[in-house]
Amino acid sequence: MLSTLAVSCTTLLKDLRMEWRSKDAINSMLFFALLVVVIFSFAFNPTAEESRRIAGGLIWVAFLFAAIVALNQTWARELRNQVLDAYRVSPAPANALFVAKAVGNFLFVTVLEVLMAPLFVVFYDLRSVGPLWQLIVVALLGTWALVVNGTFFAALSIRTRSREIMLPLILFPISIPALLAMVDATTSILTGEASPDWWMKLLLVYDVVFTAVGLLLFESVLNAE
Amino acid sequence: MKNAFWVLVVLTFALMAFSTWQGLVVAPTDAQQGDVQRIFYYHVPSAWVAGLCFFVNFLASVWYLIKRTDQADALAAASAEVGVVFCTVVLITGPIWARPVWGIWWTWDARLTTTLVLWLIYLSYLVVRRYAIGSQTQVLGAVLAIFGFVDVPIVYMSIRWFRTQHPSPVFGGGEGSGLDPVMLRAFMWNLLAFTCLGIVIVVMRYRLQRLRQNLESAHARAALKGPAA
Repeated sequence: MLSTLAVSCTTLLKDLRMEWRSKDAINSMLFFALLVVVIFSFAFNPTAEESRRIAGGLIWVAFLFAAIVALNQTWARELRNQVLDAYRVSPAPANALFVAKAVGNFLFVTVLEVLMAPLFVVFYDLRSVGPLWQLIVVALLGTWALVVNGTFFAALSIRTRSREIMLPLILFPISIPALLAMVDATTSILTGEASPDWWMKLLLVYDVVFTAVGLLLFESVLNAE
Repeated sequence: MKNAFWVLVVLTFALMAFSTWQGLVVAPTDAQQGDVQRIFYYHVPSAWVAGLCFFVNFLASVWYLIKRTDQADALAAASAEVGVVFCTVVLITGPIWARPVWGIWWTWDARLTTTLVLWLIYLSYLVVRRYAIGSQTQVLGAVLAIFGFVDVPIVYMSIRWFRTQHPSPVFGGGEGSGLDPVMLRAFMWNLLAFTCLGIVIVVMRYRLQRLRQNLESAHARAALKGPAA
């Protein structure tokens, strides 16, 4: 029995190395998010003062759509050459694979957010009234909420027909409370009009609950036949 | 067993007729809202049946993941479909009631939004069942059902914090809650009738699903045997 940590680290490093060499996920995510930013700017006057109130929703919708691109690629590369089947017959624990994939996606989406944040500031003339550290906490908690469920549902949706379309259909309804929390927390910090504490707690609860459910059920999905 | 089911069907029809009479004729007209309040006798029991179905779906899914029996999967599929149908009834009767009483068709309040999100989650469950390949359907469906069920309280909490307009619960609420005794009786009859109706439809749908499963396995066995000698 291999230790969970060792398997996780090996898988994670392999994924990071593949991403570093190909840059498939990050490039397509970046371009996609950029397109969303530009298209949204047609819907309203982006430099108006009231745009700060909708910026929270806008930022997270852009990240959500972009994250779908990376999440869909998570398992697709493991299907080639039956890597996933090989993994199933190996003695390595299933959850190690899940954790590695989730952490990998978390890093990709975080890099995307770090790269996109300056663009939002420039294009939408954003200045935060509230403290910056709160924005970072919300971003980390929110990204994990998207990614942990996204990784799980991506594993679920590759086993269906019309794979790429299935992921958002499953992920969006389940993610609604997390999205609401992210958007509202971000808006309250940006406008400084309300306290984001309650929303941050909700995000934390959401993260803990769905990480636990994911770890509990991933083996069933991996071995579904 | 089969006879018991048909007795239940006949009983359900009688109950539906009786409770409709109770709701439309016997129950007094609401002092403030008028006759439109009578939609209450259909709206709330439908919500109850939908909730019951989703709970059964959750239990059946857990049962399936533990025991892996076809019966559990058939029950999960049947209850989810019936739940979505009753949830649709709730979402349709709600606006019909809201328009004359609140003056708006829809409001993004906690219970309305939660019901809508619930409906979306179980719709995605039905889509996954439809698009999953072969025998994976059952595991994928069961897993997603558990995710959906766990999500519901979180959705409710989040949107409750967000905004609320729906009237506070009629039963067991604070001051001024409670119903006229005749209204309560009509409501209880409807609740019973709708619960029986829900059970009848779920049982019918369950049997259909079992027939399909048996047909599929019969086909598989026939294919394994090869052409008859």
